[in-house]
Amino acid sequence: MTRTSILRRTVATPVLLSLILVALALVTYLIGSRPFNQTMIDLFIRVIMVVGLYIFIGNSGVISFGHTAFACLGGYMAAWLTIPPMMKGTLLPGLPSWLAAIHLPFWVAAMIAAVWAGLWALIFGRILMRLSGIAASIATFALLAMINTIYSNWSSVTGGTSSVVGIPIVRALWPYLIAAVVAIFVAWAHAISRAGLALRAARDEPTAAMASGIDIPRERLVAFALSGAVMGLGGALYAHSIGVVTPDTFYLGLTFTTLSMLVVGGMSSLTGAVLGVVLLSLLIQVLRWLEAGVPIGTSSFALPNGLQEIVLGIIMILILMRRPAGLFGRSELTLPRPGQGGTTPRTTAGTPP
Amino acid sequence: MMAGLLQILFDALSLGSLYALGALGIALIFGVMRLVNFAHGDVMAFSIFALLWPSVDAMAIVFAGNLPWFLLVPFVLAVGAGLSVLCEVLVFRRFRRASPATMMIASFALGFVIRYFLLMLFSSRPKSISLLPELSQPVEVLGAYIPLLQVITIIVTLLVLFALTGFLRRTRFGLEMRAAAENFTMARMLGVRANRVIMGAFALSGMLAAASALILAAQTGTADIQMGAGVMLMAFIATVIGGLGSLPGAVLAGFLIGAASVLMQVVLPPEARPFRDAFVYGAVILVLIFRPQGLLPARGTKERV
Repeated sequence: MTRTSILRRTVATPVLLSLILVALALVTYLIGSRPFNQTMIDLFIRVIMVVGLYIFIGNSGVISFGHTAFACLGGYMAAWLTIPPMMKGTLLPGLPSWLAAIHLPFWVAAMIAAVWAGLWALIFGRILMRLSGIAASIATFALLAMINTIYSNWSSVTGGTSSVVGIPIVRALWPYLIAAVVAIFVAWAHAISRAGLALRAARDEPTAAMASGIDIPRERLVAFALSGAVMGLGGALYAHSIGVVTPDTFYLGLTFTTLSMLVVGGMSSLTGAVLGVVLLSLLIQVLRWLEAGVPIGTSSFALPNGLQEIVLGIIMILILMRRPAGLFGRSELTLPRPGQGGTTPRTTAGTPP
Repeated sequence: MMAGLLQILFDALSLGSLYALGALGIALIFGVMRLVNFAHGDVMAFSIFALLWPSVDAMAIVFAGNLPWFLLVPFVLAVGAGLSVLCEVLVFRRFRRASPATMMIASFALGFVIRYFLLMLFSSRPKSISLLPELSQPVEVLGAYIPLLQVITIIVTLLVLFALTGFLRRTRFGLEMRAAAENFTMARMLGVRANRVIMGAFALSGMLAAASALILAAQTGTADIQMGAGVMLMAFIATVIGGLGSLPGAVLAGFLIGAASVLMQVVLPPEARPFRDAFVYGAVILVLIFRPQGLLPARGTKERV
């Protein structure tokens, strides 16, 4: 089968997913409410991160708990590059002078952050990808803890556990939308590339794949570095969406949220990654709204704090029980093929994204 | 000089004990059902918070914690075992046929549910509690003043290890458990009742979690909903370094990691000391490169084709 045909067969998936995000952005624009705008920014950032996770976890089948570390690297790099030099001098006195003097626009910083995170993913991946299965998962967890320990204690450069403030806040929706669409297309391009196909073959039939000459650690490393870069981009934009970073912004909580979105949608499906974010973000929003309190008549009804995570956790467990492959399994959103009839988008099983 | 060395030795042994107890609790369950239990750290936190009355104040309202020690310790152990068995009955039982990766994520989610349940009742603020305050007095050992707690930690860990070895080697239940760890399907065919064995493993693991939580809370004097996370991570690492599923390996690696942490604390220059744990994690990743199967690999965990 030639490359052009796989391209034509599968390009509908990223296009449709992007259209869904564009539609969400349009609705936000029409509503014009500030809080809703922020909600949508959160959603797009999570799309970037979960798609980043999918690139590695979905294609390799190895669960990684460490990708939040790359978001952390990206977020802090964005902070170093975009905080006004005046503030940086007092806030982070340990920065090298060239870095302390630099002041870049946020989009340049975000791209550099992605490359920076991808580079570290390449370095760590060289070591970690020699492990497999559960040992690899636990080693990625150790990686997350290691980065968190370093960033929590290297006070002169990272501000320690206190917040790094002064990151320019970007309130416009479109940069996040563009980044999310780029992430989706990157994931798709990797999935249909030689590396992506080889990696999925190795995931499903490791022995046969090895016998066919696939260098599994190498293909895993490619995906790991790429997903690390996408996570770095997500982390950088996250920093710009809230204007503050702390090491705990990028620790277990974020790992849990992103991983649950991927699992609920379906680890092995790009559609699952994106729609998992959309579905769970909706749910989180409703729960937050209930936690904040809803006026009923004269009294107000509020759920206790922490219920959001409890509900998310229970949903995750139930989905894992009933549909271990997630809501979308391995199917992707595509257009019906010519000659098969029907005009509505539908899902087809079995085809790569 | 001698006293200093002795102090370092006791530090290493007591920290190693903590990690070894944690690693043992994780390795037990992994051995029987290939589950990497991410909820272990939250079971630890839960068994300490069971001593307190729900409140969001910084000062803990001690409730069951006022019991005399000979009632308090069994109470905490029972809470740990109970919660652990509850997790297995409500959640893990339904994942018998699932892949290890699926079970691992489910336990991760379950751990979060437990943690945020505690957050709902107690808030995320760490609380100061004084648990068994009589243990903080130092005792003189060969000229060095060692906190009584360290001595007791080490003795208790050794006792637990001996008791557990005896239990696994001498009793029928222990035999069944070892058989199940070796080859679960075969063990079932030979008449081992799977659910009973797994529940037993969860009860033991919960008790180990509670024991390490007691030590931790007595050492730090605080109860924090995140208190189990650090020990659990080190315990995970110990189980991987020791060879997944191998109980002696987990214990050995737990002590090694404890010793490595204390050594680094001594050897590292002062400005690098806050990064001690980062060095430990890094060292661990290096060990895994040279011995990916662990120090004492268990039989039966090799992937078969």
